[in-house]
Amino acid sequence: MRQVAILGVAMTKFGVSEKTNLEMFAEAGLEAIAQSNLEPKDMEALYFGNCLGDFEEGQMHMAPFAHAELGLPVSVPATRFESACATATVAIRHAALLVGAGVYDMVLAGGTERACAMGTPLATRTFAMGHHAQYESTAGLTFPGVFAMAAHMYSEKYDVPLKELKQNMAEVAVKNHYHGAMNPKAHFQKEIDVNTVLDGMMVADPLQLFDCCPFSDGAAAVVVAEAGKARELVNKPVYIAGMGQASGGPLYLQKDLSRVMAREASIAQAYKEAGVGPDDIDVVELHDCFTIAEILALESFGFYEFGKAYDAATKRETYLGGKLVVNPSGGLKAKGHPIGATGAAQVTEIVEQLREESGPRQVEGARVGLVDTLGGDFGTICNIILRS
Amino acid sequence: MDYKLTYDQFQQGLERGELLGLKCNTCNSVTFPPMTRCRECNGTDLKITEIAGEGTMRTFTVIRVAPEGMTAPYIVAMAEIDEGAWVMGNLVDLNPDDADMNLIGKRVTLGSHVVKGDTYSHGDFRVITFSLI
Repeated sequence: MRQVAILGVAMTKFGVSEKTNLEMFAEAGLEAIAQSNLEPKDMEALYFGNCLGDFEEGQMHMAPFAHAELGLPVSVPATRFESACATATVAIRHAALLVGAGVYDMVLAGGTERACAMGTPLATRTFAMGHHAQYESTAGLTFPGVFAMAAHMYSEKYDVPLKELKQNMAEVAVKNHYHGAMNPKAHFQKEIDVNTVLDGMMVADPLQLFDCCPFSDGAAAVVVAEAGKARELVNKPVYIAGMGQASGGPLYLQKDLSRVMAREASIAQAYKEAGVGPDDIDVVELHDCFTIAEILALESFGFYEFGKAYDAATKRETYLGGKLVVNPSGGLKAKGHPIGATGAAQVTEIVEQLREESGPRQVEGARVGLVDTLGGDFGTICNIILRS
Repeated sequence: MDYKLTYDQFQQGLERGELLGLKCNTCNSVTFPPMTRCRECNGTDLKITEIAGEGTMRTFTVIRVAPEGMTAPYIVAMAEIDEGAWVMGNLVDLNPDDADMNLIGKRVTLGSHVVKGDTYSHGDFRVITFSLI
């Protein structure tokens, strides 16, 4: 396999947008291409992520329209990726695989989502289409419900009283809002305290409103390139050191929701390819769609033993300046979660961190960064390890 | 290949009050709800079996923000049936506000109830229910 690098990276401001999916994606895509010192005509493929455009705008098959907005040549294929919340990470991984294999030298990959256009009831329904349609969503399961069941299981399995667990989960939200307040692209740029979380409305017991990431609108895109060409084009290419992707089935087959087996398989692939382990990672953007999700992820990566990560934020170990900075962008919790774009925004944050361009939320001396995105009922996990 | 017990046949069983699953002729594991292959050994030599209908609560949540078309609050739970498989369903016969961590480990019986379909589903359907013993 050839060495693969990331050139330009870009994201729109996440939040509630009046722009269409295509307008947001064009903004991010053109900025990523320009930042790479390239033109749209230099792209050889577009790997385009979008989950719910059908419901957001009555638009399926959006990729060729994004292709037109960007001004790509007719000979350049545009392909839609959909892996629920892991969509854009999966698109970037597949771009990197094909660049690595020598099929292409330059691919634009990313995604866009306009979830706010649906409103909460329809968004909750369409997101629930990510559950097994016969045996899970029929019970009225929702995504907060999945992670709520995981939180209850975590409390029981590790004998952490629920009240104590919830207090520590709230500290994850406080930390990610603290980071998000420094990110001008974040959906929420406002600090909160533990009481903000614990006084919030209940969404799915035991998860309250501020345990949950928001529905967001936004787009993000990155240029994936062969490393030799990358070095000719930009001063600081960031290299893909290793990648992983794995799949899990319905929750009733996974059983123990305190362990995300697909993540354990995915990160093992990524660590092996990169030749690194948990101690080598300087900065992490991981899938904190709910506060408990960040705790589960930290354990899957081997940063903490199983059952021991729940108070990492409380001890400030995962804060900027802590021993392992987790979600300096604000994470899905504060930066926002436009599901088709999220993975590309995580890659954007890590690439900017490794180029030392992150301003007040710069992780000092960051050389190796990890991206982690989870799709569906722990059904898809995709990891990318990047290094400067 | 022959799909031994389809979703439709499983639904018809629930309609008759039967909890149909699949027993593996290779490893004896019970797969419930049904799928193509044995959930334990991936074997495809399966026979239709009726499960006893009892199990143990493993986790739960109270849904308070429901998808369009459903009315909160209600309890979604997973139970381990005595035959070893886990299944998702609704814990019924309990006020959702009384659901707490003490539920985990409690014994339940299984049944089913009818849920109204919406624009995106194929008519009404039955969902597994759990009732505390």
